[in-house]
Formats: sequence, C-alpha cells, structure tokens
Amino acid sequence: MYQFSQRFKLTTYVLMALGLLGLAYGFLSAPSTVEEAKAMVAAHDSDGHGSDHADESHTAADAHSAEAAHAQDSHAPGYETAAHADDHETAHDQHLLDQMRNRPWSAFYVSALFSFLIALGVLAFYAINRAAQAGWSPLLFRVMEGITSYLIPGGIILFVFFVLSALHLNHVFVWMDPEVVAHDELIRNKSGYLNPTFFLIRAAFFMGGWIFYRQFSRKLSLAQETATDNRNFVLNFRLSAGFLVFFLITESIMSWDWIMSIDPHWFSTLFGWYVFASFFVSGITVIALFTLYLKSKGLLEQVNTSHIHDLAKFMFGISVFWTYLWFSQFMLIWYADIPEEVTYYVMRFEEYNLPFLGMLVLNFLFPLLVIMRSDYKRIPWFVQTVGIVILIGHYIDFYIMIMPGSVGAHWSIGVPELGGILFFSGLFLFVVATALTKVPVTPKGSPLLEESKHFHY
Amino acid sequence: MASHYEASIRKPLVTGSKSYSDVSNDIARPVEGSANKQWWIVFSLALVAFLWGLGCIIYTISTGIGVWGLNKTVNWAWDITNFVWWVGIGHAGTLISAVLLLFRQKWRMAINRSAEAMTIFSVIQAGLFPIIHMGRPWLAFWVLPIPNQYGSLWVNFNSPLLWDVFAISTYLSVSLVFWWTGLLPDFAMIRDRAVKPFQKKIYSLLSFGWTGRAKDWQRFEEVSLVLAGLATPLVLSVHTIVSFDFATSVIPGWHTTIFPPYFVAGAIFSGFAMVNTLLIIMRKVVGLEDYITVQHIELMNLVIMITGSIVGCAYITELFIAWYSGVEYEQYAFLNRATGPYAWAYWAMMSCNVFSPQFMWFKRLRTSIMFSFFISIVVNIGMWFERFVIIVTSLHRDYLPSSWTMFSPTFVDIGIFIGTIGFFFVLFLLYSRTFPVIAQAEVKSILKSSGDQYKALRAEGKPLYTMPKRGKVTTYSVEADSISNQTH
Repeated sequence: MYQFSQRFKLTTYVLMALGLLGLAYGFLSAPSTVEEAKAMVAAHDSDGHGSDHADESHTAADAHSAEAAHAQDSHAPGYETAAHADDHETAHDQHLLDQMRNRPWSAFYVSALFSFLIALGVLAFYAINRAAQAGWSPLLFRVMEGITSYLIPGGIILFVFFVLSALHLNHVFVWMDPEVVAHDELIRNKSGYLNPTFFLIRAAFFMGGWIFYRQFSRKLSLAQETATDNRNFVLNFRLSAGFLVFFLITESIMSWDWIMSIDPHWFSTLFGWYVFASFFVSGITVIALFTLYLKSKGLLEQVNTSHIHDLAKFMFGISVFWTYLWFSQFMLIWYADIPEEVTYYVMRFEEYNLPFLGMLVLNFLFPLLVIMRSDYKRIPWFVQTVGIVILIGHYIDFYIMIMPGSVGAHWSIGVPELGGILFFSGLFLFVVATALTKVPVTPKGSPLLEESKHFHY
Repeated sequence: MASHYEASIRKPLVTGSKSYSDVSNDIARPVEGSANKQWWIVFSLALVAFLWGLGCIIYTISTGIGVWGLNKTVNWAWDITNFVWWVGIGHAGTLISAVLLLFRQKWRMAINRSAEAMTIFSVIQAGLFPIIHMGRPWLAFWVLPIPNQYGSLWVNFNSPLLWDVFAISTYLSVSLVFWWTGLLPDFAMIRDRAVKPFQKKIYSLLSFGWTGRAKDWQRFEEVSLVLAGLATPLVLSVHTIVSFDFATSVIPGWHTTIFPPYFVAGAIFSGFAMVNTLLIIMRKVVGLEDYITVQHIELMNLVIMITGSIVGCAYITELFIAWYSGVEYEQYAFLNRATGPYAWAYWAMMSCNVFSPQFMWFKRLRTSIMFSFFISIVVNIGMWFERFVIIVTSLHRDYLPSSWTMFSPTFVDIGIFIGTIGFFFVLFLLYSRTFPVIAQAEVKSILKSSGDQYKALRAEGKPLYTMPKRGKVTTYSVEADSISNQTH
C-alpha cells in the first residue's frame, strides 16, 4: 500500500496556500477603473519592460497592438460594425480595463484547465489501453486510475469558473457579454451555439460523461480483483470502447467551447485534435512521473525498465505527433494567409513571440533530442527531466491558446500565473496521492496481468 | 523481441496445428506449383483491362489532355481523384509493416507482406496520373530540382505538388527497401528448396546471399526496427502532403486545417479495406486460411471501423466549422456539397465511409468473411467518392457564378482508371505466384506463442516440447515398497 507521508502532504498544503496567495494578489492588484488601467499601462511602458518581455517592438507598437488585439477580439478587419468614432475611444478604454482585469482569471483558468485536461488525457490513455486489450500496461492501471480521480474536483472547479464567467464576473469569453454580441455581427450569427446557457449545458454533459466512465470503469476494475470469471473485464472493455466514441466527439467540441471560443472570430477545424495531442502527451508524462515516484518508494516492484521505456516512447511519439499537428495548423494558415484565420498567428508572433516559439523548443526539440535514443528512455532521471520540460512546455502551449484572446498584449508570467500553477499542482498532487492510498497500487485479477508482468521489450 | 508469454484469452494467430516445416511448405506451395485455371482467368481479365488503359493513355498523350472531361472551371478532377485514391490505398501496407511492428503486434506477421506489396503496386498506379497529366511524360524529370542549362530555371519549391514528388518518391523507396528486407529470408527459403537450377539462380539473386547465420538475423532485426522508425513518420507525411495539395489553397472546401490528419486516417481506412479485399480472396485461392485467420480479418475490420469513425468525425467537424466560421463562401461550399447537384456523390460518400463501417460494432458481422468482403468493397467505393466530392464539388461552383459548370468523365478518363485497376491486379497476381506471400520467417517467430496447438498445450500445463525417445528404451518398474526399504 502506498502511504501519503506527512511531509508530502504538508508540501501540497504549502503549494496550495502559496498558490492561493499568488492568485489573491493577482485579483487585488488588477485595476478597477479605466484610469487605473491606463496608468498601469503607462507605468509599465516607462519601465522599459520587465525581463520577461523579450519583444522589442512592444513599446513602439503598444498603442497600435492594443488596437490590434481589440480588432482581433471583437472587430476583425473587414467586419467592422458601425461604431461611431467617439464611441470607439471609450469602447477601447473599457476593453483595456477588461483585459487587465481578465489576467488573474486567466491565470487561474490556464492552470485549472491544464490540470483537468491532464487527468482527462490519462483517462483517454487508460481507455485506449483497455479497448485495445494492451498487454504491457495493466500493471499501471491503478496509477492511471489514481490520476483520473482528479477529474471530479478539477471538473467542479472548472464548472464553477464557467458559471462565474457566465455571470459576467470576467471577460475571458467575450461572447458571453451581451454588449459585445450586440455590436458584433459575426458573434451574433454564432449565438445559437455560443450562448452561456448552452455552453454550460454542454460542459456539464461532457464532464458528466467523462466522470461517469471514470467511476464505472474504476469500479469494474476493482471488482475484477476478486472475481472468479472475466465478466467485469469484458464489460470494462466494452465500456471503454463506448467511452472512446463519446470522447472522440466531445473532446473536439470541448476544445471549441473552452478554448477556441476565447478568440470568437477565429476557427480551425484541426483545433480539437491539436488540443488533444497537447493534453494527451502531458497525461502520459504524468503517468510516467507517478510510476517512477511510486517505484522509488519501493512499490510497483513488477514494473520494469521496459514499462518505463514504453511510457517514454509514448512521450516521444506523441510529442512528435503534437508537433505534426502544430505544424499542419500553422503552416496551412500561414500559407493561405487569409484574414479570417491569419490574425490568430499574427497576434501570437507580434505579442507572444518568445513563449510562442520557445514552446516549440520545449515540446519538440527537447524531447526529440533527449529521448530519441533507446537507452535514455530507460533511465529514470532522463525521463523525469524530459517529463518536467514537457509539462512546462504544454502549460505554455495552453497559455498561448488562452491569453492572447483574454488579456491581449498585457500578458506576463508573474505572480498570478505562478500562483495558479502552484495551487493546482498542490491540489493535483494532494488528490492523486490521496486516491493512490485507497487500494494497493499493483492490481490483481486481470486476465492480461501476467502478460504485463512478463513484459519485456 | 516481445515477450513470449501470451495471455490465454488471446485467440491463436496460426491454426491447424502447424509445425515449422508445415509453414515452409504451405507458403512455398504457390510459388513451386503451377497456376490453376482461375488464376489464368483473373489474370487475363486484368491484363485486358490494363491493355485497354494503356491504349487510353497512348491516345491521351498522342492527342492531348483535351480528350479528358476537364473544363475551364473543373480543371482538376478525375486524374487527381484517382491519384489520391491510389496513394491512400498504399498507406495500409506501411502502417502494418512499420507502425504495427513498433507496437509489436503479432497479427501483422501474416498480412504484412501482401499489404506492403499492395502499397508498392498502388503507389505505382498513383504515380502514373500526374505523369500522364503532364502531357509530355518524357519531360517528367523536370519535376526534379536538377541543375540545368536554362539559367535560373528551377522547380517551384513553394508548391505542395513538388513536395508531393519528394514525399511519394521517398515513400516508394523506403517501402520497397522495407519490403525487400523482409523478403530476404523468405527468398532464401525458396532458393534452398528449389530443384531446378534456373529457379535456384533467380531466388539466390533475389535473396542477396542470405545465409541465416545469427549475425544475419541480428542485422535483420536491427534494420527492420530502423526502417520501421523511418517509415512511421512517412505514413503520416505522405498523405499529409497530398492533403496540402488542396489545403494550402484558398478554395472553400479545400482550405481547412483538419485535412492533414483526416487524410491520413482516410488513407489508412481505404488501405485496410483494400487489404481485406485482396486477402479475403487470396487466402481462399492459395489456401492460407490457417495463417490469415478470421481473427486477422476481424482486427482489420476494427481498424476500418476506428478510422472510418475518425473520418466521420472530421466530416462533421468540417460541416460544423463551416457554419461556425461565419464565412459565407465556406458555408456555401458545404451546403452545395450536401444539397447541390453532386449531393448524390456526397451522400454516397457519407453512407459508404461513415455509416457502413459502424456495422463492425457487431461481432457476428465483423467475423463474417462475406460481410467483411462486402464492406471492404463499399469502403473502396466510398473513399473514391470522398476524393471526387472534395475535388469536384469545391471547383465546379467557383467564385464566379457565370462559370459554374459540371464535370463528366469521358471514355478515356474511365478507360485509364480501369487500366490502373487492371495494372494493379496484373502486378498483384504475378506477385502472388512468384513471391512468398506471407512472411514465413516472421510467422515462425510467433508460432510457439500464438500457434493453436502450443496455446492448447500451455493451457493444459504441458511442456511445449518433449525430447523424442532415442535408442533402446528400458523401462524399470520399481515398487514403492522396495524404494522405502532401500532407504533403511
């Protein structure tokens, strides 16, 4: 049995407490009036920029870039609605304030979403292994089930965030603001789909479906330990196949709702699969990290280097797959260069240059160079190092998907963002470690378990 | 290699209690024997179709592309549809040989050889279309970036069509090397059995001097793994680049970012359908039911079901995002597909590709040989229509309504397409008479873990092998009492 040590527990409490402080600081330091927001921008500009802003064009282009962000958010070129010139100035200031007030919310949201999607990625990996009747992985099922236990608290937090957004406590989803919709023909045409009620119904339905599968499959998985026949195993196999169909459809819609709609004018048919690759590789990485951690505690004795090798192969393979999807989406939009689509990347190149391109180094080059070699996939500290880099890289990936639409040019990775990361890391570790103490981490009873124990690459 | 332990719930992959020598005999039989009447009938039909197609190709080249059904609005239709269809079919071979090797899937052993052969033969068909469409195929080498005497006249590196040249030629080369590497021990097996000197000479040339030493096998394993590693990105890259031919444009219905992975899924889908079509016939004709079992067909059906569903998901995504985008041209392109004059093709595609694979959820249906064959044909047709729908419906009603028109193929178009089907079958039928159609060396490597008699022995707890009795056997009968007495 795994013991959740006092020291580890205390660490998770400290992480959560520090995280909450950071987030609270973010909310308290956000401007409350237009004047404050303008003063902050002015002060920030005269600073000559913090070191995390590598973008030299920022100062010179600030006024213009806020305009660009604004244009992208609610008035894409060519779709300018009949706003009067003087109205425009006030609207612009209000928009600046909204963006700056969005920052702590967004910092919270990126981490909340990323941690939830890690658990969802693990759930998808688990379901694929069950549906494919994979022989190597059954030894790791309890680890995966432990990680997916985060879906419930993580899902509740996300849902509360969506409800608060729908109640206009923030402007992360600008299409939720009736004022914006009234002036924006493009969003108005989508409002049959993009409206707060339907959005919340969809979110509840998706989360409900995923959590239902997680709970039911876990129950069958535990029941198989003591069963004398394979009924639970077979039912779990069928359930997993059914879940994957549900997941295939809901995952895409989830990504449009929760992420793509933050840039409500922009669209990309590939987006859903791109988001999936990002959280899928992060989920597999977390499985590898927890497996190595439990092994270091002397548990999971039968998990051998071949299992670690396989997990690392998936980390490598899906990292390359993620890059493939990133490239496909980017290249096609860059090549065609039509204004409906290209604004998305123009914004990211102009305002988010360093994290946008740096993420490619972390998510592609680093795994490619470090764990391409077969032997290195079997060395724990290599896998751990690459794993941590992958997690940082994909956090930035989600950051880049969310921030440009919600805070525009006024981004930074500072106290609120670190607060979000600390809080959700602490919560995630706490929930998963607690779940791992419930049952022995080595499963019994599955008809494929012997294959997993004898697994040798 | 993968573990030799196999869970008892897994179904055997080799049936009929085969021994190693049975495997050699069964797989060498079609090569060593002579062709039966059915083979000659099918071969003659394929040859006639091929010759007819060749005639149409010669007619096209001597007269001009004007003999095709293309027009000013639909300036790319039949030829590119056939090209993409054939390239797509090729994908199953590489997936089975490379990706399933990396995943250590034992069921690939019986089907990889023929799937790879299919890949190579279908890529040859695909390659014909762009070459014919050049009008002057003797200048086909102009697609290669060769230094020339025309000053700075270079190929257009910005064009996805050029990327296609590189992608497909790389793909063909790697697939060919991979295929041939796997063939070496099998050719050597046929060489060693050959009685006629001519055959012996031919197969010893083909087997590149394979000796079967431990070192040979070790290199064989290593090179297979390296080639699988190289070929796996190729499975994705080839159809990705084919999709770029369309998606880099600004034509509504073509320019959509989901194209790369969705084309790859569609290619695997159509490729597996073609593998099923070919192997269901071949296992019967050549008598290989014990190697290509119902279990193999079931697993291929599952791949068809999964990739069909992914393709279906992509269709729905395209439709929804076309509406969501708010771009009227996008919206019209998809409305026109589903309800316009080519709606019949669209709905044929939908029902063949999305609806029909869903029957595979039922175990009775996916383990039925006849039904699997039927669905494999349906999917082949559906995937042809998919390309036709994408290409023709997006072009025939362009930005200028006065130029809207329809496309209909001429007899030359149809003749060339039929000709490539004939050519494909000519090659495949010749292959099935001269090549070991199953990777016998690899099948032997899984016999002890997945052969039915060994699985039965293991289930009974008996050893897989007992030493044969040798020399004079003396049996002793010792009474239990006498043993206990001796210990005193």
